[in-house]
Amino acid sequence: MSEEELDKVAGNGLISRRHLLRFGASSAGLAISAGALGADQGLSFQIPTWSRQPGPGASAYGARSPFADNIERLAAQPNPTYPGGGSSRSPLQHLQGTITPNSLHFERHHAGVPNIDPAQHILVINGLVRQPLAFRYEDLLKYQMVSRIHFLECSGNSGALLRGEIGGSAQSLHGLVSCAEWTGIPLSTLLDEAGVLPEAAWVAAVGADAASMGRSIPLTKALDDVMVALYQNGEAVRPGQGYPMRLFCPGWEGNVSVKWLTQLKVTNEPAQFRDETSKYTDTMPDRSSYQFTFPMGTKSLITSPSGQMTLNQPGIYQVTGIAWSGGGSIRQVEVSADGGQTWAEAAIQGHQLDRALTRFTIPWEWNGGEAILQSRATDSRGNIQPTRSEVIASRGTLSFYHNPCIQSWQVDQAGEVKNVYV
Amino acid sequence: MFKNFVCSTLLLIFTCVPSLTNSQESVRLGIPVTQADLSGFDLIAPPDGSGFPPGIGTARDGKQIYDINCAVCHGASGEGTSGNTVIVGGDMQSEGPPLRTVGSYWPYASTLFDFIRRAMPATAPKSLTNQQVYDVTAYILYMNGIVDEDTPINGETIRKIEMPNADGFIDRSHIQ
Repeated sequence: MSEEELDKVAGNGLISRRHLLRFGASSAGLAISAGALGADQGLSFQIPTWSRQPGPGASAYGARSPFADNIERLAAQPNPTYPGGGSSRSPLQHLQGTITPNSLHFERHHAGVPNIDPAQHILVINGLVRQPLAFRYEDLLKYQMVSRIHFLECSGNSGALLRGEIGGSAQSLHGLVSCAEWTGIPLSTLLDEAGVLPEAAWVAAVGADAASMGRSIPLTKALDDVMVALYQNGEAVRPGQGYPMRLFCPGWEGNVSVKWLTQLKVTNEPAQFRDETSKYTDTMPDRSSYQFTFPMGTKSLITSPSGQMTLNQPGIYQVTGIAWSGGGSIRQVEVSADGGQTWAEAAIQGHQLDRALTRFTIPWEWNGGEAILQSRATDSRGNIQPTRSEVIASRGTLSFYHNPCIQSWQVDQAGEVKNVYV
Repeated sequence: MFKNFVCSTLLLIFTCVPSLTNSQESVRLGIPVTQADLSGFDLIAPPDGSGFPPGIGTARDGKQIYDINCAVCHGASGEGTSGNTVIVGGDMQSEGPPLRTVGSYWPYASTLFDFIRRAMPATAPKSLTNQQVYDVTAYILYMNGIVDEDTPINGETIRKIEMPNADGFIDRSHIQ
């Protein structure tokens, strides 16, 4: 395909999303170039050995191909003063579609992962209710459940960009976001059974981990769309995600979706837990601090090409990434290849669900020169993802939670992709 | 006859459907409990002083407990051994990133008791008695210059303590 035929829609090589079909459905985000015949490309047309003998039969539990088993979360080094605390980040640059495999869903623990026997676990609802109740796990399984696909994001995600961290990958900078189908009992069902009293305004949720991590949630949210999640992507929630049950608060900072949920106390004021006062609060330039910043922002991120990748040769590349918003669904994603001077609308690949990851893609011709790739999301409420400069102008850099800013990836003349600030 | 069959079947459906719906709505398997049942389970100790157990602590009695259980991470004087473990000092007004500690940042003294009781010491959470938690809470407040060495700390007194940064927070919970 000659360059003249390509419909360039923005500066530095961005090609109309309408050309996607003509390039085929390459999903790896790497060069699509035609020309040489197959044999010249080193392809073998011999019948391979695996086509000559039967392989192993069905198995009790699946495993990855040994040729694709090196994709892993990135976990922080253990900290002796914080046993079991820390996080692991999803390998966003190696994933496609919008659903994160459970084994690669990001984690954030405050005192490690408890090994909970569900037969000995209880969920208590007390406080401002007509009748305090305790629920057994086996009984909760009998309730009518709902399933919802939602992202989950730690409010510390992307905080490295406010700190001006040098280098990094999509995973190391933004890997505290994942997306899954969560199945569970609407919290309103259980609160209704206990009978919420009129003066109630908050619910304090506590986990059964060693930190008994707690967070306060406004009753309006609790009665709206919060669930007690028992399943993730069809299987029982894994220990790292809160087995046997977790709270799930769609669109809100991940920390309020309390894992290993064991208590819900209905109150008229927040409990003022450590993790909603000392932590997860944002100090502004005037030294006041925002508390209870719940919905996550309108965000997007190019996952390929992204930091620490290398483009081998000039040519046409499939730019792809993810977008999400705590305020609704993704309406539009735009991509720039010239550091935000000109923008082209990307194609949405698949669903645009409410508060879920949305995949976008657009073809781009890299001419071998320097390029700055960015993406910018707009959500269903019209919220537009801000630049890093806009975020810093509005809130400074004294805190690093709740940063939705645009990520810039520089492609240099050697094809190396780096995190940069423009 | 056929008509009768249809009618009776319809009748059956119409009478069954509501009862099915009712039975799903009426899954109510919570087991009634009393607040007394939960006295050792409910660890929430909020700013209004409710949820605090019997007892009274002082910084004088808390020093030894702190030295044994807390100083290894938080330092002999609360100076910390890493960024996250500093619990004394700092202020919110000086130039540059503020040092956010119990004394300079935390808006409520109750949070100190609540957090220590549920989560500290990090290597052995919930290993301190309520009395020890009161004493060490008093000691950390004392190290931050917020109470005196013999100020009694319990649920009644802790809710009256004015933390230096109590007015430093803006509640954003209305944005949902």
